[in-house]
Amino acid sequence: MTDFAQVLADGLMNGAIYGLVAAGLSLIWGVMDVINFAHGEFLMAAMYVCYWVGVLIGLDPLISWVLTGAFLFLLSAVSYKVVVRRCIGKSAMAPLLATFGLSIFLKNFCLNMFTPNFRLLSGTFLEGMVFNFFGMAIPAPQLAASLFSLVMLYVLYYFVKRTRTGWAIQATAMDKEAAELMGIDTERIFTLVFGLGGACVGIAGGFMASYLAVFPEVGTLFSLIAFVVVALGGFGSIPGALCAAILIGLVESFAGFYIAPVIKYVAVFALYIVVILIRPKGLFGW
Amino acid sequence: MSGSGEKILEVDNISCHYEGIRAIESATLYVNRGEIAAIIGANGAGKSTLMKSIAGLLRPESGRITFEGEDITGSPANRIIYKGISYVPEGRRLFANLTVRENLELGAFKERERSVIEGRLEEVFALFPILKERELQLAQTMSGGEQQMCAIARGLMSAPKLLMLDELSLGLMPSLVEKVLESVVEINKKGVTILLVEQMVQEALEISSRGYVIKVGRIVRSGSAKELLESDEVRKAYMGI
Repeated sequence: MTDFAQVLADGLMNGAIYGLVAAGLSLIWGVMDVINFAHGEFLMAAMYVCYWVGVLIGLDPLISWVLTGAFLFLLSAVSYKVVVRRCIGKSAMAPLLATFGLSIFLKNFCLNMFTPNFRLLSGTFLEGMVFNFFGMAIPAPQLAASLFSLVMLYVLYYFVKRTRTGWAIQATAMDKEAAELMGIDTERIFTLVFGLGGACVGIAGGFMASYLAVFPEVGTLFSLIAFVVVALGGFGSIPGALCAAILIGLVESFAGFYIAPVIKYVAVFALYIVVILIRPKGLFGW
Repeated sequence: MSGSGEKILEVDNISCHYEGIRAIESATLYVNRGEIAAIIGANGAGKSTLMKSIAGLLRPESGRITFEGEDITGSPANRIIYKGISYVPEGRRLFANLTVRENLELGAFKERERSVIEGRLEEVFALFPILKERELQLAQTMSGGEQQMCAIARGLMSAPKLLMLDELSLGLMPSLVEKVLESVVEINKKGVTILLVEQMVQEALEISSRGYVIKVGRIVRSGSAKELLESDEVRKAYMGI
C-alpha cells in the first residue's frame, strides 16, 4: 500500500512538471500551427542558466526560476523573430526543419561550451530535504517544482482565458485575418506566444535543474514526452495538456515500478500509439 | 441618409489582384460623410476584393485610397481601424470559440479605457438586445441572424466613422435580411457613414443614397440609388425583372 502511494505521488509530481513543459509547446502549436522542435533544447538551456547562476553567483533555483523564465522568454521570442518568422506561410515542413536546425545548433553550442559532462547543482536550499507522510517519502525539490508548475499553469490559463491580450491570442489562433481587422498586431501576438511558450519551459527547466543533472542531451527525452502530452491533450488546450501530462506521469511511474524500470517509456509511447490509433484528435482534443 | 456632400472616403483608380487574377481594374468611387453608399454586382464581380483593399487586407498595385484626406493606400489591416474604418467581412468571421461578449470586447481592442468599452457595449446591446441575452454564449452556437448582428455590433465597438458591411444578407432568410438592413439604417442615423456591398441589389439600393455597379472588376455604372433602381439595365441584370 505504501508502495502504491509512493508510486502515485511520484507520478503526480512528474506529471505536473510535464504539464508545464508541454503547455509551452501546446500554446505555440495551437496558436501558430508551428511545431517547435527546439522545445527540448529550450528546456536544456534553462537548466544550464539555472546551473550556472547557481554555481557562479550562488543564486538558488527557488529564485533563479524568474531569471530562467525571463531568459527563455527572450531566447524564444528572438528565435521566432530571427528564424521561425521566415517560415510562416511557407510549406508545412519549413518551420519544422528550421526549429530542428535550431535545436541542433543549441545542443552543439552547449556541447562545445560546457562539454558533454553531467552537472548537478549542489548546495541548494531544498537539497536532501524529504517530507515523510503516510510512509511516502516526498523529496522537497520535486514537490516544489510540481506545485509551482501547477501555479504557473493556472496563471497561464487565466492569462489566455480572462485577459484582453489572452482573447487577442485566441482570436489570432481562430482567424488571423479577422484579428487583424480588430486592430490586433498578429505579428506581435506571434512573438508574444513564442516568448510565453519559451517562458513556460524556462520556468520548468529552472526548477528541474534543482534535482536533475544538466547535460546537452537532457532536453531530448522531455521534448518527446511533451510531444506525446500535446498530442494526447489536444493542440492548444492548457487543461488538456495538464490532464494528459498527469496521465503520462502516472503511466510512467506505475509501469516503471510494477513492471520494470527499463520499460517505463515503452509504456508511455505504447499508450500514445494506442490513443492515436483509436482517437487521432487526442484524448481531450476537440 | 443623404450625406453632407463632403467626401470621407475616396478610392482613386485602384487595380488589384486577388489569388492570381486581376480582380479590380481601375476602380474609382467615393463615399460622402453621413450617407449610405452601396456597391452592387454579381457574385465574383470583385466587390469583396474592393472592400478588402480598402480595409488593408489586400494591397492595390496602383491607385490611391484616401480617408478623411489622409492617404491610406497599403496601410496594414491592423492600422486601418485606428483611422476610423471598421470592416465587417463577408461570412461574418466571428471568433467562433469565444463568447459574444469577448467578440465584442475584441471589436474595441484599440480602446484602453474600461469606461469607454462599457459605454460602447451598452450602445450595441441597445441596438441588438438579443446579444445582451446571448452575452456569455459561444459565438458559434448562435443562429446565422444572431451571428450577423454580433458581427455588425463587433464592427461598431470601435466607434468607426465609416462602417463597411460585406454581404450582410449571405445565408440569411429574407425576413432577417430586412431586419438587419433596418438596423443598418438606424446605425446610419446615429451618424456613422456606411459602405455596403450586396448581392441583394434591390434591398441594398432601397436604403442607400448612392450606388455603384461593378461587373468583372470594373465599375460600370454609378448614380443615385433612385436612378439605379429605375434603370432597366440594373433591373434586368440584378433584380430579374
